[in-house]
Amino acid sequence: MSQPVTLTESSSAAGRGGVTATWQEIAPNGALGEPAAHPADLSPERLRELYRFMALGRRIDGQAINLTRQGALGVFASSHGQEAVEVGAALALEAGDWLFPTYRETVAAFVRGVDVVEVLTLFSGSWHGGFDPMRYRVAPFATPLATQVLHATGLAMAARLRGDRVVALTFLGDGAASEGDAHEAMNIAAVSQAPCVFLLQNNQYAISVPLRLQTRASALALRAAGYGMPGIRVDGNDAVSVHAAVRGAVERARAGDGPTLIEAVTYRMGAHTTADDASRYRSAEEVDEWQGRDPLARHLALLRDHGLADDAFLEAVRAEGEAIAAHMRAALYGAPAGDPLEMFDHVYSARTPLLEAQRAQLAAELAAAAEVG
Amino acid sequence: MAVTMAGALNTALHDAMRDDERVVVYGEDVGRLGGVFRITDGLQTTFGAERCFDTPVAESGIVGTAVGMAMYGLRPVVELQFDGFSYPAFDQIVSHVAKYRNRTRSHVSLPMVVRIPYGGGIGGVEHHSESPETYYAHTAGLMVVTPGTPADAYSLLRASIAQDDPVIFLEPKRRYWMKQEVDLPVATEPMTRAVVRRPGTSATLIAYGPMVETALAAAEAGVEEGWDLEVVDLRSLSPLDMDTLVQSVTRTGRAIVVHEAPRFVGFGAEIAAELSERVFGYLAAPVLRVTGFDVPYPAARIEKHHLPDVDRILDAVERSLQY
Repeated sequence: MSQPVTLTESSSAAGRGGVTATWQEIAPNGALGEPAAHPADLSPERLRELYRFMALGRRIDGQAINLTRQGALGVFASSHGQEAVEVGAALALEAGDWLFPTYRETVAAFVRGVDVVEVLTLFSGSWHGGFDPMRYRVAPFATPLATQVLHATGLAMAARLRGDRVVALTFLGDGAASEGDAHEAMNIAAVSQAPCVFLLQNNQYAISVPLRLQTRASALALRAAGYGMPGIRVDGNDAVSVHAAVRGAVERARAGDGPTLIEAVTYRMGAHTTADDASRYRSAEEVDEWQGRDPLARHLALLRDHGLADDAFLEAVRAEGEAIAAHMRAALYGAPAGDPLEMFDHVYSARTPLLEAQRAQLAAELAAAAEVG
Repeated sequence: MAVTMAGALNTALHDAMRDDERVVVYGEDVGRLGGVFRITDGLQTTFGAERCFDTPVAESGIVGTAVGMAMYGLRPVVELQFDGFSYPAFDQIVSHVAKYRNRTRSHVSLPMVVRIPYGGGIGGVEHHSESPETYYAHTAGLMVVTPGTPADAYSLLRASIAQDDPVIFLEPKRRYWMKQEVDLPVATEPMTRAVVRRPGTSATLIAYGPMVETALAAAEAGVEEGWDLEVVDLRSLSPLDMDTLVQSVTRTGRAIVVHEAPRFVGFGAEIAAELSERVFGYLAAPVLRVTGFDVPYPAARIEKHHLPDVDRILDAVERSLQY
């Protein structure tokens, strides 16, 4: 079963919504090309891994939403519907590469090996970040939009300067694409030929504001031409297409040929966060339409067509998801708030006299409160 | 030998790049041109265009990419060409440069320096004479340093580059051409310590950056009035060395803070409040402030009426002594 599977438009799954490794490239003159098939020779193991992580991601997502309803998480930004982009991209990176997430890339961080409980620290309110970025080569979740895109660019510039074959991949959204930092980052990356991949998840909404109010352009990928870098528009609900496009861009960056902009067209099935009510700004019909393009269902159809998903495989994935969900519940439900005195520990490399004094004040207050009980 | 502050800064950058290959210098016009004030002159020729390079005109991009570079283990020293053009980078500085260590529970340090020529007195057009120090000093996680002498310019910049925490390095541009007899390299007092530039007994003048020279001139002029004024150079605005200030004001009983920046919610307010809390019993007079007015920085031909000068400082000393 290790023979690579070549997917083309003639794959039978194409008829059910198109797992086809198809994308549109931006012509040098800035025109959006026609959808065309691209080679995506994937091993059966990789095709199954794409499904496994998407399915685990879906389970993690559901559990996180439940934990939010139960009060264990303050808020959560769901990945539901965008699993193909997060998984397809994260699996295209090597261990030494870096991933720069927004606040919605819980699944991508999980694929990189970060314990999902550590990923969710930000949303649990016990600290602003929960994992060691250096260990996983995953930057902390960034909530100010597009700011992390510059960090990825700078890290890629540094890797190039050091002669390391390290690539930085950064996520950003269609809303963030309107921020100045997105422009500055893509321009600087192109000028310096930084080994960086800009993965723009166009999920159609910036909270409530639809794409047509973010841009008059027919595609966000068109911007690539203005920066002098390749641009690709890919079906973001097709894990194979995303994976193949990102892998190509990563290899291109690693070879020293500079950055690539990939627009992955997808849809945020849930609300912006658990604090949002999407029914105020979009129709049930629209959501239903995208439900028909569900990335998990499409990928499962592909696996079945190629005889790659038997009951034992699906049961193993399901059981793994349940174990992770149980781990999340055990670690996050009723978790303690953390040590308030730690707030003074990470401001500078050493505590200043001012911080020492304020820490002593809080320590005294805590001690007094403990005495009162 | 006689060294200008600009020359001292340039030598500091040269020496830092020579001693540590992780140090990179970049910004607008810093490469081939050597910077609009020539502070980076010769760096690209000596160390190559990989370690000293020009960027697109994008201040947020300059600072934001430095975050990524520092994460990767380099020690970026970036230049924002003028104080008024540091504001496009404000979000990156406040939201990330200052907070990355905290967010990551010290797993990630950002050893980076943001150099900003600041302050007035050079006949600049609008946006070229700002004093933004309070914005940065108010932000936890940043160190804010400003030299008042060429020797300190060298020593503080070397220390800032060697520091594991991010440093906002404010260069008093009107003092770029002031000279001092000093042999470089030089190591002055530790970076976070204030220094008594002139000992005295009548009152303490507290100054930093461009106003150190002005305060010293005022102290000299005060001799004629029979006053023996002490001058403290803060050097580091964050963290702030209150111990040195407390020691000085405990002795003199009088304090006057001098800065170019506007008075309202300015750095002098912090010092006045701290002194009143810590040495209230020793104060013979309220802590006074001699500052710029609370106006947008005025046009070049009237800026002299805005900037604190010797007379305005001596007037304040007189008011203090009259209590």
